[in-house]
Amino acid sequence: MDASSGLATDTHEHPPSPGSGAAGDPHHHDAGHDHHELPFWRKYIISTDHKVIGIQYGITGLLFLFFGFSLMMLMRWQLAYPGQALPVIGSWLGHFFGEGSMPDGKMTPEFYNSLGAMHGTIMIFLGIVPIAFAAFGNFVVPLQIGAPDMTFPKINMASYQAFFFGGIVMLTSFFVPGGAAKGGWTSYTPLAVIADKGPTYHPIFNGQTLWLIGFILLITSSLLGAVNFIATIIQLRAKGMTWMRLPFFVWAQFVTAFLLLLAFPPLESAVVMQLMDRVAGTSFFMPSGLVINGAPLHNSGGGSPLLWQHLFWFLGHPEVYVLILPGMGIVAEIIANNTRKPLWGYKSLVFAALVLGFLSFIVWAHHMWLTGMGSVVSAFFQTTTMIISIPSVIILSAFFISLWGGSIRFNVPMLFATAFLPMFGIGGLTGIPLAFNSADLYLHDTYYVIAHFHYIVAPGTIFAVFAGIYFWFPKATGRRMNEFWGKVHFWPSLICMNMIFLPMFLQGMLGMHRRWYDGGQGWQLAGEKVWGLSGFQWNTPISIAAWTMGLAQIPFIINFFWSIKHGEKTDDNPWEATTLEWTAPSPPPHGNFATTPTVYRGPYEYSLPGRETDFTMQSEPMRESDRKAYEAAAAVH
Amino acid sequence: MEIPYTVTARPDTGLWNAKVGIWLFLASEVMLFGGLFSAYVFLRLDAAPGAWPHGLLNVPVGTMNTAILIASSVTVVMAWASLKMRRFRAYWWYMLVTISCGVIFLGVKLAYEWPQKFEHFGAFIKKDALEKYEPYLGNHHLAERGLAPRIEISGHLHNPEALHDENVKEYEVALDPVNADPTNPNMDRPHFLYVPATDKVVTIEKADVEYANMFLPKHSAYFASYFTITGLHGLHVLGGVIVFTYLWLPVGTKLYKRNPEHLANRVEVAGLFWHFVDLVWIFVFPLFYLL
Repeated sequence: MDASSGLATDTHEHPPSPGSGAAGDPHHHDAGHDHHELPFWRKYIISTDHKVIGIQYGITGLLFLFFGFSLMMLMRWQLAYPGQALPVIGSWLGHFFGEGSMPDGKMTPEFYNSLGAMHGTIMIFLGIVPIAFAAFGNFVVPLQIGAPDMTFPKINMASYQAFFFGGIVMLTSFFVPGGAAKGGWTSYTPLAVIADKGPTYHPIFNGQTLWLIGFILLITSSLLGAVNFIATIIQLRAKGMTWMRLPFFVWAQFVTAFLLLLAFPPLESAVVMQLMDRVAGTSFFMPSGLVINGAPLHNSGGGSPLLWQHLFWFLGHPEVYVLILPGMGIVAEIIANNTRKPLWGYKSLVFAALVLGFLSFIVWAHHMWLTGMGSVVSAFFQTTTMIISIPSVIILSAFFISLWGGSIRFNVPMLFATAFLPMFGIGGLTGIPLAFNSADLYLHDTYYVIAHFHYIVAPGTIFAVFAGIYFWFPKATGRRMNEFWGKVHFWPSLICMNMIFLPMFLQGMLGMHRRWYDGGQGWQLAGEKVWGLSGFQWNTPISIAAWTMGLAQIPFIINFFWSIKHGEKTDDNPWEATTLEWTAPSPPPHGNFATTPTVYRGPYEYSLPGRETDFTMQSEPMRESDRKAYEAAAAVH
Repeated sequence: MEIPYTVTARPDTGLWNAKVGIWLFLASEVMLFGGLFSAYVFLRLDAAPGAWPHGLLNVPVGTMNTAILIASSVTVVMAWASLKMRRFRAYWWYMLVTISCGVIFLGVKLAYEWPQKFEHFGAFIKKDALEKYEPYLGNHHLAERGLAPRIEISGHLHNPEALHDENVKEYEVALDPVNADPTNPNMDRPHFLYVPATDKVVTIEKADVEYANMFLPKHSAYFASYFTITGLHGLHVLGGVIVFTYLWLPVGTKLYKRNPEHLANRVEVAGLFWHFVDLVWIFVFPLFYLL
C-alpha cells in the first residue's frame, strides 16, 4: 500500500454514500471487530494503534532511561575515585566509546562532560517525557475517555518514529570523532557554538551538531504528540464524559500537552539558530570580540548569549511541569483506587493543574539569576516563582488529605505512589531558597540544585512512572506483575534514592560545584567536614548508593519481562477501579471497546453508599439509591 | 475501527478533528516564529549604532511577492468554496493558480533575491579607520543631521579571492551609490528601489576592516535573521505547495468521488495553514524590507 492510498483509507470507514466505491475495497472494517491479521511489522513496528504506540514509547523510553542512568553510574566512579582506572569494564568501555573516552579505564575530562550532557538530555527528553507523557498518555488517555483510538493514528505513529530517530541520532553522537555533546543539557552559548569544532571534527557529524539535529527530531515528535493528545481529549470523549468527569490523569496529560505544544517551539527556533551558528557561521548567540585560545574569533559578532538562555529556559521551565504533571496524574489515579474513596478536592486539583500550566510560562528566568538581568526583571520572576508554588502545594495537599481516614491497600503501585508524595515534597520545598535570587547567588550551580531537581524528577516522577507501570501492566497484558519482587524493587530503590540525593544538599551547601570533574578533590570548599566526612568524601557513599540502585532495578527488569508471559492472570478490573479503561478487555483489542461506553458519573466513585461493591464504574447507570447518596453528600457540603 | 468526527462536526464542540488539530498546530507555529521574531528584536535592540543595515533588500520585488502570496490566499479560499458548491472544475483551476503562486514566490526567492545578495559585498570598517574612509561614509554629514553613523562600505567585490587569500591585502570594491555619494541628502534614508553598484572602485585595506563578507547569513546579525526566517518561511511555503499538489493531482482528488465533503475539509485545513504562512510573510516583509 503506497502512502497516498494509505492516507485515503480512513474515508471508507465512514458510511459510504449509495453507489460509492465500497465494492472492491478489501479493508472494509466493522467497528471494533478488526479480525484480519496484520503482518508482524504492521502490528508492532509501524502500528497506528495507540496502545501499541504507547508500549513502543514505554519500552524505548525505559531502555533510554536505563542507558542514561548507566552514564551517571560511570560518572559516579570518576567523582568518588577521580583519576583512578575503572576496574573490570573500564578498558573495555575505553575501546567501546573510542579513543579519548576512557584510555586504560581512566576517564578523560571531555568524556566526563559528554556523559554529563548526555545524561541530562537522555533522561529528560528520551526517558521521562516519552514514558510519563507519551507512553502512559498514549496507552491510557483514549481508554480513560472511552475513545477507540487517538484522533490522528498515523500522526501518532509518525510521532513515535520521529522520537525513535531522534534517539538514534543522539546515540550515534557517542561514536563520532570527539564524542557526544559536552555543553551540558542546557548547551549554553557561546561555548556550545565553538565546542566540537576544528580540523579533527566533521562539520556535521560531531557531538554538538548531532545533538541539535536530534533535538529537532525530538521536538517534532513532541509537537505531533501534543496536537494529537489535545485533539483526542477535546473531540473523542465518550458520551456523557463531560470535562468535570475526566479522570485527573487525563487533565494532567491535557495540561502537559499544552505545555509541550507551546513551550517547545521557541526552543526549536533557538536550536535552528544555534545550528546556523555552527554550520553557516552566523552569530545569533556570539557576541562581538570573542577571543579563543588567544586568537580573535573570525565572525561577525553582534549576537547575544543571553538570547539562547531566554529561549532555552522558556522551554526549560515548562519542561519541569511536563516532567511532573503526568506523574501527579498517575499518583492521583492510584491513590483514589487504593484508599477506596473519592479523590479529595477534584475541582481544586483540576484548576490547580491549569493554573500551574499557565504560570509555568512566566517563571523561566529564575534559572538565570546569575546573568545580571537587572533587579526589575528579577523581582518579577521572583514573584511569579513564589506564586507558582501555590498550585503545586494545593495538588500535594489534596493527595495527602485523600489518604486521611482511608483504609489503604499497600500494593506495589500504592507503595510507589505514596513514596512519591514526600519525595516530591522535599524536592519542591528545597526549591524555594533557589527562587530567591539572594539565596540562589550562593547555591546556584552547586550540588544543592542537583539534589533539588532530582528529588522532583527521580524519586518523584520516576517513582510515579514505576507506580503506573505496576498499575496498568494488567491492562496491557492481562497479567499482573509479581507483588513480592515488586516490593524487592521498591524498598531498595527508595532507600538508595535518598542516600544518593540527601547528602547532595550538604555538598551543595558546602559550595561544591555541579560540574567539577574531580568530584571536588582539589578544592578547598570540598574539604570541610559534615558528619565526619568532607564534601569530597561524601562522594563515595553517594556513588555506592547509586550503583546499588542500579542493582535494585534488576528485580524490576526480570519481573517486567517474566510477567508478560508468566504473570498471574487477571480479569478486566483487577484493582476494582472505576475509570473506563477497566471496562475494556485486558489487553484491549484494536478499537478498544466492544460497545462504545456511556458515562454517567465522575471518575472516583468509591464506597458509594447503597451499592453492593465499594467501587462504581463511570459507565454504571444511575440508580435511585445513587441519587439519594449524591443528594445527601450535597446537603453536607 | 472507526474514528468519529473525521468529516462531520462533533455536536458539542462544533468542530471536526482535523480542524482542532490544525489550529493547535498553528498555535505551535506561532510560538516557533515568535521565537525567531523575538530573536530579531533582541539582536536589533542590541546592535551597535550603524550595525543594523537599511535598504539592502529589493523592495519592489518583495512587494510583488507579498501580492502573489496574498492572491494565493484568496484563490485557496475560492478553491475551497468551489468544492463546497461541488464545482470540481473550478476547484481544479483555483488550486492550480494557488500552487503556481507558491511556486513563483519560491522561484523569486531562490533564483533571484537570495543569489543577488550572495553576490553583494560589505565590509565593516574599524572604529579608528572610520575617518580614513570618510569620503565613502559621510559620517560628518550624517552627524550634522543627527542620523546614525555608517560603518559599512558595500558594493561589488572585484577581487573575490581576497576573501580567502591571506596574501591579498585589500578589497577592491565597486561602490554602492550610498557609498559613492554619501553626502547626497538623497542617501540619508534607505531608498526602496534597487540601484546597482556604481563604476567607482575603491580599495579598502584589510587592516582597516573589522569584518567583511558577502551578504551571506554570516555577514551580520541582520542577514543571519533574514536568511533564517525567510528560509524557514520558504520551507513552510514548500510544504504548503506539496500538500496542495497532492490535493490537486488525481491521487488526492479521487477522494472527491467518494466523499467530496472530506476533500473540502482537507482543503480547508491546508488552506488554514496557507493563510498562516501568508501571515508570517506579512510580518517578515515590513521587518526586513521596510523598517
